[in-house]
Amino acid sequence: MRADNSSAQAAFSQASEYLERRPLVANDRPLSWITDHVCRIVEQPAPKWWWILTIVTGGVATLVPAMLTYLVSTGVGVWGLNVPVCWAWDITNFVFWIGIGHAGTLISAILFLTRQKWRTSVNRSAEAMTIFAVICAGIFPAFHVGRVWMAWFLAPIPNANAIWQNFRSPLLWDVFAVSTYFTVSLIFWYLGLIPDLASLRDRATTRFRQMAYGLLALGWRGSNRQWTHYEKAYLVLAGISTPLVLSVHSVVSFDFATSIVPGWHTTIFPPYFVAGAIFGGFAMVLTLLIPFREIYGLHDLVTDKHIDNMCKIILLTGSLVGYAYSMEFFIAWYSGNPFEIYAFTNRAFGPYWWAYWSMITCNVAAPQLFWFKYCRQNPWVVLAIVMFPNTGMWFERFVIIVTSIHRDFLPSSWGYFSPTWVDITLFIGTIGLFVFLFLLFVRFLPMITMFEVKNVTPQADPHSDGSTHHGTSLGHTQSAQAHA
Amino acid sequence: MNHPTKTLHGLGAEFSSAGALLHAAQKIQSLGFRRWDVYSPFPIHGMDQAMNFKRSKVSLFSLLGGCTGLTTGFVLIYYTSAINYPLIVQGKPYFALEPSLPIFFELTILLTAFGTILGLLLLTLMPRLHHPVFNWDRFKKVSDDGFFLVLESADPRFDAQASRKLLQEIGGDHVSEIYQDPEENPHPARPESEITQ
Repeated sequence: MRADNSSAQAAFSQASEYLERRPLVANDRPLSWITDHVCRIVEQPAPKWWWILTIVTGGVATLVPAMLTYLVSTGVGVWGLNVPVCWAWDITNFVFWIGIGHAGTLISAILFLTRQKWRTSVNRSAEAMTIFAVICAGIFPAFHVGRVWMAWFLAPIPNANAIWQNFRSPLLWDVFAVSTYFTVSLIFWYLGLIPDLASLRDRATTRFRQMAYGLLALGWRGSNRQWTHYEKAYLVLAGISTPLVLSVHSVVSFDFATSIVPGWHTTIFPPYFVAGAIFGGFAMVLTLLIPFREIYGLHDLVTDKHIDNMCKIILLTGSLVGYAYSMEFFIAWYSGNPFEIYAFTNRAFGPYWWAYWSMITCNVAAPQLFWFKYCRQNPWVVLAIVMFPNTGMWFERFVIIVTSIHRDFLPSSWGYFSPTWVDITLFIGTIGLFVFLFLLFVRFLPMITMFEVKNVTPQADPHSDGSTHHGTSLGHTQSAQAHA
Repeated sequence: MNHPTKTLHGLGAEFSSAGALLHAAQKIQSLGFRRWDVYSPFPIHGMDQAMNFKRSKVSLFSLLGGCTGLTTGFVLIYYTSAINYPLIVQGKPYFALEPSLPIFFELTILLTAFGTILGLLLLTLMPRLHHPVFNWDRFKKVSDDGFFLVLESADPRFDAQASRKLLQEIGGDHVSEIYQDPEENPHPARPESEITQ
């Protein structure tokens, strides 16, 4: 009996080692290490590469006001739009940027509600990315209206024409959806920042920093009377952001789906757009996080496990998107509608075949590499692979928008869209603006949610012995994670 | 340090871990203290029960915000499309539920978010940039790795000598007096420690 017992114990301890969850903060780092490592990114003098990159991307970002000034002063004809293709790069870019934002809200809200604790070290930068992406997105529809000085007609404000907005139009739904999304994302992001701004305030060495971060931290003290309301407010915002994020890209897809254009008029659009948005958004999160993790040595906070998880989400959503592509073809054939069938064969084999097959390669084929553990575990391989979804998701929107309208019902109104240099330069400008804003964020705000990361460490468990050492017993780790 | 001219705000003690702070809070609560609070770098699991807090009322503000949003959406669409300037567009009815749902939804979400933030700021009395606990130099660690408990002198059970001894007995280190700023009103209209009570 005794021998049985000891061999069972050996087997149990072996199994515990095997089954044990990998810690969310590697190497048992103490709490002060987390504060120090995150805050010093903001506190130390800006490195030379930061100045170079910020000046370069800031310069590229000035292309946005330059191109918009040219557009407004000369006329919308400077874009390549013409009948029949009146929606092209502008709306493609709008949907592309809006979609990128979705990963941030998914991480901050949906993964919070589903208690995915690994979100804590990536949510701050992902939410910042959301806000910057929505800023880039908003530029395009605002100027696409043509007479931008009349863009305020979109808001329900009494005007001289005495006519109100058409609330039955999906374009107006879009105005409400995107502006709500931006506002709520900003509120959620700022709410999460408050305790970390207090950390920066308490560590400030100059009066100016103390005042600036102190004002932003609203006098946060970390008292339990504050925490109890804070946690409730955070939960409520996560709860409302979850349906919000699903609704935003659904409403964006209504811009297309409620029309009668073959190739747009499909019921699969809302879930298909949401899956694509999460897919493209996670690719962008990884594109931004992997280099900063290397530069600032954040490997213990953004661990290989985090990257691995995000790769799996990309694999899942990429496969969902691939399913949607094939289902669109099936339904087109099954509908028996010749216009519908033509729209799809024209997509794959018509004049825009190159865009279609780029999309398939980038969005369906490339992410399949994430089935291999090697591809998920090596950050540089991951970075190389996620460049495909980044590109592919732009192509997807281009394919949906342009290939569906470039051949109208009558061959007399067929055309081929080519972008002008203004289209291209404006898009490059928004990429510059996006990276520029992100660089400013990394420099001036804590890029990792310190208080939430501290909360998932074993030390945060009030029922543990308080020591930083953990991981020898399975039961102990589980209780630490259950209570963290 | 001694500040004989300043008013005593309370006594602060530092604890070594989240667990130690939780045990200390349970002890203080069981002794019947009312004007006290704990301070930590992150919310501690079980602390609300230990301090006998009721459910936070932030969600009530969220609900009010959401109802306001839904009403605003309905009034906005119904008034503009069916009353103020009815206009036939594509033969559709002036008002119908289906096309109104996205805007109802978005406005509900938007005003729920506003309500939540308003509720948080009202219930926590933020922003309040000055507070006596900031006068304690060790308190800077609260946003790093410090766990603190502060007993306010306004509590009827507070006694400078006995309370100091009590804090030391329950494991508190660096027990120190915390003073109010001289210009600060020593009796605020509504003590913020009574927010949740």
